[in-house]
Amino acid sequence: MSGRVFIVDGARTPFLKVRDEPGPFSAADLAVMAGRALLARQPFAAEDLDEIILGCVIASADEANIARIVGLRLGTGFAVPAHTVQRNCASGLQAVASAYDRISAGRAHLVLAGGTEAMSRAPIQANMAMSRWLARMYRAKGLGPRLRSLAGLRPGHLKPVFSLLRGLRDPVVGLSMGQTAEIVAHRFGIGRLAQDAYALQSHQRAARAQADGLFKDEIEPVYGSQADYYGQDNGVRTDTDLEKLARLRPVFDRSFGNVTSGNSSQITDGAALVVLASPAAVKRWQLPVLGEIIDHAWAGVDPAQMGLGPVHATARLLAANRLALGDVHHVELNEAFSAQVLACQAAWDSLSYARDELGLEAAPGAIDEARLNPHGGAVALGHPVGATGARLVLHLARSLKDAPGALGLATLCIGGGQGGAMLIRGGDAS
Amino acid sequence: MTSSWTLSEADDIAELVLDCPGKRHNVLSREVLGELDQLLAILETRPFRGLVIRSGKPQGFAAGADVHEFRRILDAARAAELTRAGQMVLARLAGLPYPSVAIIHGPCLGGGLELALACSYRVACEDERTSLALPEVKLGIHPGFGGTIRLPALIGPLPALSLMIGGRGLSARKARGLGLVDACAPQRHLDAAARALLRDVPPKGRPPWYRGFLAAPLLRPYVGAFLQRRLKAKVECRHYPAPCRIVSLWTRQASFEAEALSCAELLVSPVSRNLVHMFELSEELKRRARAHAHGVRRIHVVGAGVMGADIAAWAAIKGFYVSLQDRAPEVLARAIKRAHGLIGERLKGRAAEAARDRLMPDMRGGALPKADLVIEAIIENRDAKHALFAQVEAQVPERTIIATNTSSIPLDDLAAGLSVPKRLVGLHFFNPVTKMPLIEVIGGAVSDPQALAAMRSFAVALDRLPVDVKSSPGFLVNRVLMPYLLEAVSLAEEGVALADIDAAAVDFGMPMGPIALADTVGLDICLAVAQTLSAPLDLSVPDLLARKVEAGSLGKKSGQGFYRYPRPRGPSPVRPPSDPIIAERLIMRLVNEAARCLRLGVVTDPDTVDIGLVYGTGFAPFRGGPLGYAEALGTGEVLSRLTELSERCGVRFTPDPAWSQDGVLARRPLDP
Repeated sequence: MSGRVFIVDGARTPFLKVRDEPGPFSAADLAVMAGRALLARQPFAAEDLDEIILGCVIASADEANIARIVGLRLGTGFAVPAHTVQRNCASGLQAVASAYDRISAGRAHLVLAGGTEAMSRAPIQANMAMSRWLARMYRAKGLGPRLRSLAGLRPGHLKPVFSLLRGLRDPVVGLSMGQTAEIVAHRFGIGRLAQDAYALQSHQRAARAQADGLFKDEIEPVYGSQADYYGQDNGVRTDTDLEKLARLRPVFDRSFGNVTSGNSSQITDGAALVVLASPAAVKRWQLPVLGEIIDHAWAGVDPAQMGLGPVHATARLLAANRLALGDVHHVELNEAFSAQVLACQAAWDSLSYARDELGLEAAPGAIDEARLNPHGGAVALGHPVGATGARLVLHLARSLKDAPGALGLATLCIGGGQGGAMLIRGGDAS
Repeated sequence: MTSSWTLSEADDIAELVLDCPGKRHNVLSREVLGELDQLLAILETRPFRGLVIRSGKPQGFAAGADVHEFRRILDAARAAELTRAGQMVLARLAGLPYPSVAIIHGPCLGGGLELALACSYRVACEDERTSLALPEVKLGIHPGFGGTIRLPALIGPLPALSLMIGGRGLSARKARGLGLVDACAPQRHLDAAARALLRDVPPKGRPPWYRGFLAAPLLRPYVGAFLQRRLKAKVECRHYPAPCRIVSLWTRQASFEAEALSCAELLVSPVSRNLVHMFELSEELKRRARAHAHGVRRIHVVGAGVMGADIAAWAAIKGFYVSLQDRAPEVLARAIKRAHGLIGERLKGRAAEAARDRLMPDMRGGALPKADLVIEAIIENRDAKHALFAQVEAQVPERTIIATNTSSIPLDDLAAGLSVPKRLVGLHFFNPVTKMPLIEVIGGAVSDPQALAAMRSFAVALDRLPVDVKSSPGFLVNRVLMPYLLEAVSLAEEGVALADIDAAAVDFGMPMGPIALADTVGLDICLAVAQTLSAPLDLSVPDLLARKVEAGSLGKKSGQGFYRYPRPRGPSPVRPPSDPIIAERLIMRLVNEAARCLRLGVVTDPDTVDIGLVYGTGFAPFRGGPLGYAEALGTGEVLSRLTELSERCGVRFTPDPAWSQDGVLARRPLDP
């Protein structure tokens, strides 16, 4: 038996583009700023939560189990447990999925779930040679041994390890995420122009959605200590066009590639949170319902083609719920790379892919463009890896709030070769 | 009689625990010291390895001598007797044949610290609540149980004198750094730390050479003279003799007897009586206010100007959850910057982060429905406030109190716009909020007494002193202060030198002259307040003020007011004492208005007037506030001076009927 799980509210910070230096807020700061506004408007208190689950990929050194830090800073008191989940690019979706599982199994009623990431503050670490040298230094006793250890210092020891770059690289296949996008682009013959055109559309859709106030309800403005404030996602470009995008040079396969910074998701800081509730909690606190989580599914693929993960996760999810892709009204497919989104579309359209890789008789067919990321995606808004999954769920729920019964799908590709997908039904059907 | 001390012994170590029955804090009253004396008489005959002294109160070690006892001592001879007796008990403690150690946690003040100083060693708890201080100067006296002798000998003259003159508190770590305590440790290790000292018996603390050498007999007179000079630049010894006495006692290597006599003499002086009265009064007001629970946890502040931002920041610092609303994000952003600055000045590390987390900018007012208290700090416009209150009332539950920070709109006018008028109260903060220790709690004709009581209690939770004021133009503080400021402008208009006016006020004991004060507040603000008050209070506003504002001379903020800013630094030239009539005109107008407030029922008793003016404006506290000063002069004298001034200078000096009515100025006894 599994119980129903409702999305009752949610909030996120604006997604803040990283500008080559540590941003104004830590990952915990971002989650606290979104969370305190979200909790302040709830009829229940922070202490009434049963659990806090957050996704975060690269926490800083003093943010071990960041969910607990955020919980305590939000005033949950000591008694509300919290844990952090890590599933790379889908950590935020995993947090929501974990919360769903807990509530659905009857182990919790009210859970704050989501994700946070300050990619601009990803730690820069000392390399292993430096760590060994430091250990020798600390061990050395007396002037002679100390001087000898000191003399062992080499310029190479000072070479820093950028954890952000390491994190965006698959250690098993030795490819950066961008290179996996190049691979799937090549496989499905997706050229530079198609990628740039898709990127341009993402910016245009996001800009229109901003102008129409479609993000207004989900974004909580954040304020820094220097009289700085951020009211909306600041990566959206209203001034870009195909010509400008075409001028950018490939970043990952520098000589012959097509994936550029312009047609990839942006490196961004941000946090997104949702409150999930059981029917009993909805009743007890008389909570308004944005939507209901139906199910979620996960799948593994070749790490070198991790961008195709959504195709596989979605296939499982739809099969389990006896649904077809065409039944879904609104799809949020994370735009890690334009090439990767287009590759997913091509895979859905491909009969051989359906037969050979999905074990289906017929191709599911590509998603109607109007229903796919209708308000732009990570190419324009940014992709704070730990937070994105939660943003997709939050935005889906907000968008479907007034369409009771309409189905929404949030899906992401995951570095390391996985896909995650979550199915949502809009509106209050409780 | 229940005893305050408990003696126990274990492992050859005696332990004395102080726990004054029926009191929140331990105080070293005559009885407590007498009991200690008897116990020491027994202890000194026993072969212990050591003695541990600690407090049985979780709140702290000891808050000092019994201030209530001070009031009953009327002559210097009896005061000296009391100090001498205390000194003798502590001498007995210091003379025990085995070492002693004081375990200090929480506040350890005045006589409490002197008790600890008489022990061989001290260990202190390193939590935030622990504070070691000799704050006697704040009551117009100085340490009298040997503190002026033992402290300099322990930590060296400069830090010792600075501690006693400033009266400020030290954390355990700072005290450890100065050598005032021998060890600091978390609460759980205090006992072990004390016993380790008794086991190892290290040499007693003394200052390192670089701090101690200034006490050499040859150097002492020069160091003393230097310190006196430096002190006189800051403190007027005629008004506040205690700090100067501390330096001179040290300079002449005074004996315990000299300390006792000097302290006794100060104790019975009017300065000390007034300061003690002010202290007791504030404690009493806080105690009464605290008796009522405020029930406030979440505060919603609307209007993020300087006032709103400061109120929000201060409340967050004091542990409340605060949401701050304003229409413009730019305004909110500036307010948050300012608030984060204020928080950073007062709190560090995790505590500062927690305060920043508690302060939430809330442009859409999402936190409003859960607020226990809404504080309105928007523009001074009746319609705007009415509109806001209507919005607020529609969203908050019935129990929520709505407070306005208005300074010029009558509370009853504002309350009339509410559907539940009785929930509206006035909370009049003073600028700058983080520095001014007073809040006027304003009640209108229909204000709910429960809400007013909650607000008094809330003010105390903000570490502010609440005074009850009936809604009327200017409330208490601004109303009483305004005639004084306008009189200063009139004097300037008549051609009296600005510096003479300010000097006369400072000489009287004001913290700053009225002209400098007007410049600091801003002449435009002074003019606006004066104009609002001129009709209801029948004040005439000197033209000079309006002319200054028209010319764009707005005071410090515009670089030019009555004075030019920045003002040249350096010692002000020695000037002959100004004409006594200047001070008299300034002060008598203030005093006269103070009496009028009382007669009109703006406040209910003279103590409120005095404490309000002392805390709200810095009115010479050693004079006991405006009505305390009048009382010292005598009503007859006040009447005749006012009458004479009204003949010389005009009707604005006409004595208020309060001076000749019976009972208006009568004080009620303080004790409950």
